[in-house]
Amino acid sequence: MAKKTVLRKPKGFLDVYKHKPGAEKDRTHYCPGCGHGILHKLVAEALEDLDVVDRTVLMSPVGCSVFAYYYFDTGHFQVAHGRAPAVATAVSRANPDAITISYQGDGDLAAIGGNNILQAANRGENFVVFFVNNAIYGMTGGQMAPTTLEGQKTTTTPYGRNPLTDGYPIKMCEVISQLYAPVYVTRTSLHDNANVRKTRNAVRKAIQNVKEKKGFSFVEVLGMCPSGWKMSSTDAQRWIEEEMIPVFPLGVYKDVTDEDRSSIDRPTPVHEVDRVLEALDVTTEKAELLSKREVEPRYANPSIRASGFGGQGIMSMGQAIARVGMKYGYEVSWLPSYGPEMRGGTANCSVKVQENKIGACEATEPTVIIAMNRPSLERFEKILQPDGTIIYNSTLIEVEPTREDAEVYPVPITGLADDLGNTRVQSMVGVGAFAGVTDLFDPEEVIKLLPEMFGSKASLIELNEKAVRAGYEYVKENF
Amino acid sequence: MAKKLLKGNHAAVYGAVLAGCEAYYGYPITPASEIAEMAATLMPKLCRTFLQAESEVAAMNMVYGASGSGKRVMTASSGPGVSLKQEAISYSAGSALPCVIVDIMRGGPGLGNIGPEQGDYKQVVHGGGHGNYKCIVLAPNSCQEMCDLTMLAFELADKYRNPAFVLTDGVIGQMMEAVEIPQTVAQLPDKSDWAVMGTAESKNLINSIYLDHDELEEWNRKLQEKYRSLEQNEVRIEEYMVEDADYVGIAYGSASRVLRTTVDTARSQGMKIGMLRPITLYPFPVKEIAALPDRGVKGVLTVELSCGQMVNDVNLALKGKMRSEFYGRMGGNVPSSNELLEKFKELFGV
Ligand SMILES: Cc1ncc(C[n+]2csc(CCOP(=O)(O)OP(=O)(O)O)c2C)c(N)n1
Repeated sequence: MAKKTVLRKPKGFLDVYKHKPGAEKDRTHYCPGCGHGILHKLVAEALEDLDVVDRTVLMSPVGCSVFAYYYFDTGHFQVAHGRAPAVATAVSRANPDAITISYQGDGDLAAIGGNNILQAANRGENFVVFFVNNAIYGMTGGQMAPTTLEGQKTTTTPYGRNPLTDGYPIKMCEVISQLYAPVYVTRTSLHDNANVRKTRNAVRKAIQNVKEKKGFSFVEVLGMCPSGWKMSSTDAQRWIEEEMIPVFPLGVYKDVTDEDRSSIDRPTPVHEVDRVLEALDVTTEKAELLSKREVEPRYANPSIRASGFGGQGIMSMGQAIARVGMKYGYEVSWLPSYGPEMRGGTANCSVKVQENKIGACEATEPTVIIAMNRPSLERFEKILQPDGTIIYNSTLIEVEPTREDAEVYPVPITGLADDLGNTRVQSMVGVGAFAGVTDLFDPEEVIKLLPEMFGSKASLIELNEKAVRAGYEYVKENF
Repeated sequence: MAKKLLKGNHAAVYGAVLAGCEAYYGYPITPASEIAEMAATLMPKLCRTFLQAESEVAAMNMVYGASGSGKRVMTASSGPGVSLKQEAISYSAGSALPCVIVDIMRGGPGLGNIGPEQGDYKQVVHGGGHGNYKCIVLAPNSCQEMCDLTMLAFELADKYRNPAFVLTDGVIGQMMEAVEIPQTVAQLPDKSDWAVMGTAESKNLINSIYLDHDELEEWNRKLQEKYRSLEQNEVRIEEYMVEDADYVGIAYGSASRVLRTTVDTARSQGMKIGMLRPITLYPFPVKEIAALPDRGVKGVLTVELSCGQMVNDVNLALKGKMRSEFYGRMGGNVPSSNELLEKFKELFGV
């Protein structure tokens, strides 16, 4: 008596296609003779045999395989057209032990998602791509795909694909295999039993690669589309053999799975509060506030505009004033010039140091301006509030301010820095001068902040210390 | 608690890290790039994911993937990038996936410039992608709020399983202020009933496709119910001197900072002006604005860094019951507080 073979669905498939609407929950939506159905079966069998059904997450693309999620007994993402490799990237990184599969058609992968597949491949993401090349857009009714053959008629190439207007069929294995990161790139076909067997092996090898965290595997499968090609199933098989394979040669384009490459391991994210606060460099101690100093009314709640050339340290000058203001418990804000302001290499920033909550943060009518070069003086003295204060760099500015109502402090800021042997510390000379003029804060408090602003390089800190004091003392001695 | 002087953009990342954000996917663009840069600095320290994607299209689809995988995830961009993100934002909304998107608005349309503007209001608040959906939209106006509201955005996103925006402009992203960093980390919610995590217990489906018309209509009705519940429960505003105000300015983001100074100046000159600042742009404070006429307010002036986008929502709320005026600047220009005061005087004769 002949041995009885029991046919059953591979465990990679659901018994009942519960997500499929309608009554026919035991059969697929694919047309007879379609390549997708065969490839689905090969994938489902491999998932079972490699014992990874429960760990698998499948991307259902946009295309005929949009409903791949009906069939597989796995986790599922239905994704936007062409974006499966982007979504799969995040999926495999979120759950590194998942077997992530990006299943895509040729329009999806090679046209709209062309860059997504290229970049994911180049990053060497740990997932497998099953790429069904059927030389046509099946789902939308047979339009041209990037893989459509020269001369092939489709609904959008009714006279045949003309390379002069439509370009040439794109060969994805050839492209992807040029990249360093992918570990396995192969092209197989589904047009006859021998090739289905080869495809079966390729599918297994690719899934095994993901299981072993070897990285990116790419399996291109030439598949029949009898409906789209308007052929019988047998003609479609023959068409692959006679027309497609000469353009898309079968074979392994790259296999470095035996090379000693490091496996794609992702560390476990850390959430412990101590380590998080440490990473954010947040001190848990409460900072002691300095008691605020008596300030002349004209310098109380200053709205400051500091400006000069890019490279004069305008931004750190402003930040230093804001930081020291914080130590005294003032409300502070710092706003850099950016966008339309940033022309011709000039830089300026607005700083507010105030008793109460700060509204507008741009110093549109500053009470104090610190001008490090002539264009800055000319520009900002115009918007200075009546009876405001001008501190300007008399080393570089040979004219005098025109505002007669203003209190004016010419300070040779660059010169003082040069005397210390480094022009670059001029910004801290400026901060010292500001402290000297306003007495808003003790210059020694700025000095204490230098390590946090400039890092721990001792020589740099020392020079900046001297700079703060030089600016401060110049003002105290001369005005 | 110690305060830190932080850029608004950086403060948003601090908030995200404290909220337990496990992945950041982004693409650089001024004036939002410091968000990606700070994420690139902090995330690896905590073994979390940072990835510079190939485009905003890809970045947002990665957010979709991470979110569906049960992770708290964030991305950030500015106008041109947000336009590209709309594809996956619609998919995320349609699949009920929580995530946080920060938009630091710049000048538009097109490449525009990198100055501060508020021209993304409509594409963010009214859903720039396809379909009937809403994103939660929080509008910080300080560096402190960049941290706090980013944390809140994660909470609300998870609570409602919905994308949440943190929407502000270049000024707030670029400026620095003292920020009090909360010293706790968020409790991460359990998402095992819907997320896909590569386990036998999580063979779920993340999906926005419903072929059957009735089914899709039903799903849309459910989404609408969720939005109604957001509108009932999550409106947040700040009022400043509205109590006895004759006229009220309405603004968000950096425009509200300027407006606050205008209110102070006006008050010092004896003019009864107040400010209403929507902190949630969606859900929009419809009731709060509609109540203004009954509170003795005679007129409102909406101020935006745009040609007038939020003002449409203000007008819908007011239903013509009160005088409603608009003043906007564009192109990266920010009005001064005196400029706004002059507008109040000119329009309302205060
Ligand atoms: C953004 C977007 N553009 C267009 C479509 C319409 N569309 C659906 S399937 C498809 C073609 C898919 O073709 P392919 O990837 O070759 O897969 P096949 O159907 O042949 O398996 C297109 C263009 C869409 N869903 N989304």
